[in-house]
Amino acid sequence: MKFGVVIFPGSNCDHDTYHVISKVVGQPVQFIWHKSISLDDCDVVILPGGFSYGDYLRCGALASLSPIMQTIKDFASRGGLILGICNGFQILCESGLLPGTLLRNQTLKFICDYTQIRVENNSGAFANSYKAGQLLNLPIAHGEGNYFCSPEDLDVLKKENCILFRYCNEKGEIVESANPNGSLENIAGITNKEKNILGMMPHPERASEEILGSADGRAIFHSLNIHMAAVEKNRR
Amino acid sequence: MPFLLGGFDFYMKAKIYVTLKPCVLDPQGKAIHQAIKTIGYPSVADIRQGKYFELSIKEGLSQEDAHQEIQHLAHSVLANPVIEDYKIEIEK
Repeated sequence: MKFGVVIFPGSNCDHDTYHVISKVVGQPVQFIWHKSISLDDCDVVILPGGFSYGDYLRCGALASLSPIMQTIKDFASRGGLILGICNGFQILCESGLLPGTLLRNQTLKFICDYTQIRVENNSGAFANSYKAGQLLNLPIAHGEGNYFCSPEDLDVLKKENCILFRYCNEKGEIVESANPNGSLENIAGITNKEKNILGMMPHPERASEEILGSADGRAIFHSLNIHMAAVEKNRR
Repeated sequence: MPFLLGGFDFYMKAKIYVTLKPCVLDPQGKAIHQAIKTIGYPSVADIRQGKYFELSIKEGLSQEDAHQEIQHLAHSVLANPVIEDYKIEIEK
């Protein structure tokens, strides 16, 4: 199984993500330049954090027009696994692969901090190594992480169990005081209905080694490994 | 008659106004309003911030075709229809 990390002009978490996959998770990984139109047989594509195109127009809006995004849309429609972290989440929303969008933080401040996240469900490719209801300590670093969508889209997200992560307090309660950025219903990460695309504002790649203060994010990459191993076994 | 702007000819000018939908909170507009209140302007009741684009259109498109093309551009790129409305004005 091979991971691909897409680099847009202004991506800045690409090397962290590459490091975690190659050195911590121990899987093959390669960079993919945004002007490429090939994913080189990657099984999982990661859109890393950063400030693609300087956040001009709207965060992720210009990156969503990059040549690689058409290839990624085709990959998504075939069920390919895609993980968007922070700016990657914004790009997925702007390209229409995930519903809604990410607005300026309600406080108008850039927030760089650890947050408490609750795993809302552990089914599927991205969270099968967690327990449902498990609390994670993950860092966020964004100015535009305030998730917003139409009431109709929110209904679908809830009905189809697409809300994977929510900001919570230390007891695991979903309360307004634990919401760092004003996100609708404390949403920190969502999947599409088909569950092959995850977008999340917290940075699992910055919390995959104990020496960095938290290793709670590592299980996302581990979950992908387990999922792909099962897929490959079924293929044989 | 073609205009001359920045060294190239163009026949039409399109103005696109992008504004947040009424249901979307605008903390930037609110912050501007709060700041303005400290220096006066008591008659200002509310401020909403938006974006403005000016497009110069090359010769060769009818006004109708230009409008259609700009409509598509505004809908798919310049505005995000999830949170924003837009208005197009075309000047000959």
